Amino acid sequence: MATPTPEIEVDRESGNFKYEESHKYDAGYGLTEKTIDYISDVKKEDDWIREFRKRALKVFEDKPMPTNWATKDLENIVFENIRYYLADGQRAKKSWDDVPDDVKETFERLGIPENERKFLAGVEAQFDSEAAYSNMKDSVMKQGVIFMGSTEALMKHPEIFRKWFGKVIPTGDNKFSALNSAAFSGGSFIYVPKGVKVSHPLQAYFRINAENFGQFERTLIIADEGSEVTYMEGCTAPKFDTATLHSAVVELVAMPGAKIEYVTVQNWSSNVFNLVTKRAIAHEDAVVKWVDCNIGSRLTMKYPGVILKGKRARGEVLSIALANDGQHQDTGAKMIHAADETTSNIISKSISVGEGRSTYRGQVHMPKHLKGCKNNTECDALLINTNSRTDTYPAITVRGNDNSVQHEASVSKVSAEQIFYMQQRGMSEGEAMSLSVNGFVNDLTRHFPMEYSVELKRLIELEMEGSVG
Amino acid sequence: MSNTLEITNLNVSIGDKQILKDFSLTIPKGEVHAIMGPNGTGKSTLAKAIAGHPDYEITSGEVLLDGESILDMEPDERSRAGLFLAFQYPMEIPGVSIANFIRAAKNARLSEDEELNAPAYYKELYEKMDMLQIDRKFTARSVNDGFSGGEKKRCEILQMAMLQPSYAVLDETDSGLDIDALKVVSEGVNTLRGDNLGVLVITHYQRLLDYIVPDVVHVMYDGRIVKSGDKNLALELESKGYDWVKELAPAGA
Repeated sequence: MATPTPEIEVDRESGNFKYEESHKYDAGYGLTEKTIDYISDVKKEDDWIREFRKRALKVFEDKPMPTNWATKDLENIVFENIRYYLADGQRAKKSWDDVPDDVKETFERLGIPENERKFLAGVEAQFDSEAAYSNMKDSVMKQGVIFMGSTEALMKHPEIFRKWFGKVIPTGDNKFSALNSAAFSGGSFIYVPKGVKVSHPLQAYFRINAENFGQFERTLIIADEGSEVTYMEGCTAPKFDTATLHSAVVELVAMPGAKIEYVTVQNWSSNVFNLVTKRAIAHEDAVVKWVDCNIGSRLTMKYPGVILKGKRARGEVLSIALANDGQHQDTGAKMIHAADETTSNIISKSISVGEGRSTYRGQVHMPKHLKGCKNNTECDALLINTNSRTDTYPAITVRGNDNSVQHEASVSKVSAEQIFYMQQRGMSEGEAMSLSVNGFVNDLTRHFPMEYSVELKRLIELEMEGSVG
Repeated sequence: MSNTLEITNLNVSIGDKQILKDFSLTIPKGEVHAIMGPNGTGKSTLAKAIAGHPDYEITSGEVLLDGESILDMEPDERSRAGLFLAFQYPMEIPGVSIANFIRAAKNARLSEDEELNAPAYYKELYEKMDMLQIDRKFTARSVNDGFSGGEKKRCEILQMAMLQPSYAVLDETDSGLDIDALKVVSEGVNTLRGDNLGVLVITHYQRLLDYIVPDVVHVMYDGRIVKSGDKNLALELESKGYDWVKELAPAGA
């Protein structure tokens, strides 16, 4: 018997719903020079950007998949079956009232306008390839902060952004940074002027709605001397039968004495290949902190890094990865010490559930000629049930006598006895597991902004309840 | 509805090995029963089996809580139905504070549209911690993580006090306690005694029963109760030793 098709498909997970797609601009399947011309034409880009893209396409085509060290699952990405640009051809709106209803409803269900009212200084909401909404509080704008999409920023403020665009992460850094450089669309460009401290976070939300699609946002944040900014990103996509690709490039530049905190809470559905390159340059006395929470996706490969270029610069990566059945979280951090007295701190917590798999890859580099550098690395893995797998590949290169490194790793298990103990107190198996997981990440999350630790706790609960068979 | 925890002809195995053999015992609300017996006789198996531990297979028999069978219930459902087990070896839950743990347990007892009143919760928690002479700083410590034996057992009784079960099984709560801790824990249990609570105290030693004075004492051997009596039975057992009970076991067992 035929049942009426519901207008919106919903299930348990907050992000798993989709609206019918109606895109005015669709670059079609596969990525060629023609695709790039299409994207550049629609975006009315300057020639240097078009050329940048085309050079990147060559690099992408020439570079092999990194399957010599990474998972063979990468070979299951069929680049010809992916659409590289989907947009409705409208500029990002400054008011939610002007955003098309289905897109607006999408973000309302994800709680974005509500959060904006509560605690954010500015929001950019990207739907497939382009931002549907972009707005910043007047007070922040008056301080001279620039917060807009990549296309618009490269056109309106080339003098600021072109200088650093592709400099922290060169096109040829890896196959997926090249792919992003060829097909990038959306993402945030932020400039915080000297001495300006943005009191509330700026937020971007990346939503994939279309099937057989690749989202390639490009983010560049420049915090000028002595400025401070917190940027948060959230990501979701509905659950499709086919693979979806998310391949972002995020570059951060912290000028002398600046502070950037970059917070990610991603909740991808289990069909998403999430292959993201994130790196920062920290100049003298600058501080860059990556807070990276990876939940969901089929495969995530992401190793946020900081190049500690100026004296006394500090880099931090605090990451949490939760790999449930059928998921592989391959995450880590890179700290490249390139000046005296630079310090770095990496704390990585991974949770593997069922058939889920977690991998930590870390790189800490301290050359011989440097003095007074310090690194602290802690990797903790939690296994829930016997099929889970976890691997740790720390690569620490430290030369010279005046530098110090501390490395600790631990693997623990949630035992059946612990679960039974908690159940005996009245909690269901799912509640017991999510309580253990939250306990495991607790010493990290209590340093997170409150709104994000609440959100993370909620996502962990949903994920763990779903994992009870 | 009968106000008892009624265990009838319970047979329990771990793997191929039968541990409890036609075990029967009825504990009415308002009474404290003690089970004594030598090691390896099935005392802890009884506790785990009625709490629903998945490793213990109940091959036949019945457990009725206020007249309702609990054998088809998950361990958490049995807990919410009013059964509490104070563990012989309480588990550590790293990163989860005592306050949050007990709160989660209380929340699990509320319906979806109910919410725990936080100030009232903390007031109650502090009162009960004071009663058990637990330092208030303990609320922020992770459950049983790095606790001494005595601290763990006090924390078990604190949970019992907060969750207010109708039946509590105390599994070797005296093990690992010095005499001062034993007194505090016993006083805690005695405070909770009353018409709305049935208690089963499992112990190897008579010493605990000087402080928690039972209404009935049962002697267990080889998976079943071989003798029952009043509190004097415990003293008799203490002076005669456990060899004496072996003679009480049915022939061929």
